[in-house]
Amino acid sequence: MSGYASGILAQLSINIVIAYSVFLPAAAGLLNLGAAGFVLLGGYVAGGLTSLAGVPLLPAIAAGGLAAGAVAFLVSFPILRTRGIYMVLATFAFAEIVGGILLNIPALGGAAGLSVSAYAGLPAVLAVTALVVAFVAWLLSTRFGLAMRAVHDDERVAVLFGTNLRLTQVFAFTAGGAVGGIGGGLTVHQFNFIDVQTTGTMFSIFVLLYVLMGGTQTAWGPIAGALFFTLVPEGLRRVAETTPALSFLEASRYIFFGAAVVLVMMWRPEGLVTRTLVEQVHGFFGRRLKRG
Amino acid sequence: MDLQQLVNGLMLGGILAFVAVGFTLTIGMLNFLNFTIPALFMLAAMAAWALSAPGEHALGFGMHWLPAALAGIGVSIAASLLIERFTYRYMKAKYGDATEHALPLVSSLGFLLIFEHLVITLWGTEPHRAALPFADTDVRLGGLLVGLPQLISLTLALVLVALLSTLLRRTRLGRALRAIAENPDAATLMGIEVNRIVPVVFVVTGALAALAGILYVASYRTVSPYIGDSVATDAIAGMVIGGLGNVWGAIAGGLLVGMLKVLAISWFGAEIEKIPVWGLLLAVLLVKPTGLFGHTAIGKGKF
Repeated sequence: MSGYASGILAQLSINIVIAYSVFLPAAAGLLNLGAAGFVLLGGYVAGGLTSLAGVPLLPAIAAGGLAAGAVAFLVSFPILRTRGIYMVLATFAFAEIVGGILLNIPALGGAAGLSVSAYAGLPAVLAVTALVVAFVAWLLSTRFGLAMRAVHDDERVAVLFGTNLRLTQVFAFTAGGAVGGIGGGLTVHQFNFIDVQTTGTMFSIFVLLYVLMGGTQTAWGPIAGALFFTLVPEGLRRVAETTPALSFLEASRYIFFGAAVVLVMMWRPEGLVTRTLVEQVHGFFGRRLKRG
Repeated sequence: MDLQQLVNGLMLGGILAFVAVGFTLTIGMLNFLNFTIPALFMLAAMAAWALSAPGEHALGFGMHWLPAALAGIGVSIAASLLIERFTYRYMKAKYGDATEHALPLVSSLGFLLIFEHLVITLWGTEPHRAALPFADTDVRLGGLLVGLPQLISLTLALVLVALLSTLLRRTRLGRALRAIAENPDAATLMGIEVNRIVPVVFVVTGALAALAGILYVASYRTVSPYIGDSVATDAIAGMVIGGLGNVWGAIAGGLLVGMLKVLAISWFGAEIEKIPVWGLLLAVLLVKPTGLFGHTAIGKGKF
């Protein structure tokens, strides 16, 4: 595989992992505009462990995920007291504070960012991504996944039917934080670098947008969103590079992404991949199999 | 020395207050967190710069600064109306009272990307020097140095909000707006043409954000496609601290955040500025979500 293709594939995998960090709370009805916070936490913990303490790669990434999950668990209690717009703002503020604190730790590079030498190659990234995808798919198939769906659709009715609202939301938020931390650990070791500037406000906005665009009803949604977000701008960039007449696409490719978000919200407010769509595809192939 | 820092903070706060009022109006009236405000802020500033600075760049007509600034404000208002059409109105028509959903918020983030990258496509990402008049005109008030543009923006913010608050309380239009804020469906039943009144909110928001953008350029003499982002996040903090939907709270919150930022930078250095502002915001959200000035929840009697 060429270096270019494997670079894109690694980026896509990391985007999928980070997408699930926003998807898990979103599937339980919680909007998280602070993806950057958990990614930074996991990235800095994992990167700090490999570069400063000489811990091997995979344990370090796991530790980053655990650390981000632990912080997510702790902040979930105050954050879950808020709802709607207030929750969007609270998660956003949380990410800003994490960034602000990391900027002030000179041992971790401060404003210059954290550089590490341990490298996570494509196989490692793919393996971790596969684990995360399997975990989310399994989680959604359990009784707990059903509880998340019920809470997402209608909190009050879910409680009436005996769902433990607080437990469901705290767990969804915590699991999302841990997955975000794993994404951060992959990021810092794939690119050998992470900083507060790049993983900042716009990062959180992009992640929330492509997850909602992909759809939060099924585990396929975030994959679709990450595919769109990774491949379409990259494709447009390639076109701009190879065709001088279309070089304006280089700067304007995110206009298309923004327009796509607006259009999806108008026509498919539940995202590109909905539960109905997945069931239709299932039914289609099911019939084909029976007939054959 | 510290008094001078306090004045500087107050002056930055004047610009933040403008933007915060824009945010708080759309939230209070329509229950819609309009994330395109940073783009509207930046669009006016960039358009005013492009039209007035002579040069090779797109639209570099070298116009006089006043028509250029007015054109910038016009562009932002037009953009704001476009956003109203495709976020708020469309969702409302299709999904009933969709304001409960995150949909308009998400679409507005989409529009933020569209406008930011439109500007980047036209004029590139690098910052430009913009020379608006008054930038170097400082006023000395009892030993304190005050920049004229900042003084204008602070005064203008206070005057405009006083006008706005009178308009909301005293006029027919204001009554219609308050009715929509209470309950859009009931307002429609009472004969208020919601689709004709709601754009007013967007025109006001666009104009406020654009004016703040122009004043920002006048005080800091530089424009880039990214100037809106940090100003808007600080303004959001100001709005939350002042209480969502409370216009006078937004002014107070904006000024408070401006002072907090400037003081934190002068005491602890530039790296620390985020922590006090966002820490205060998070504390307010968790302890007293109605803001420091104790207003009732969104949608109920805010003015």
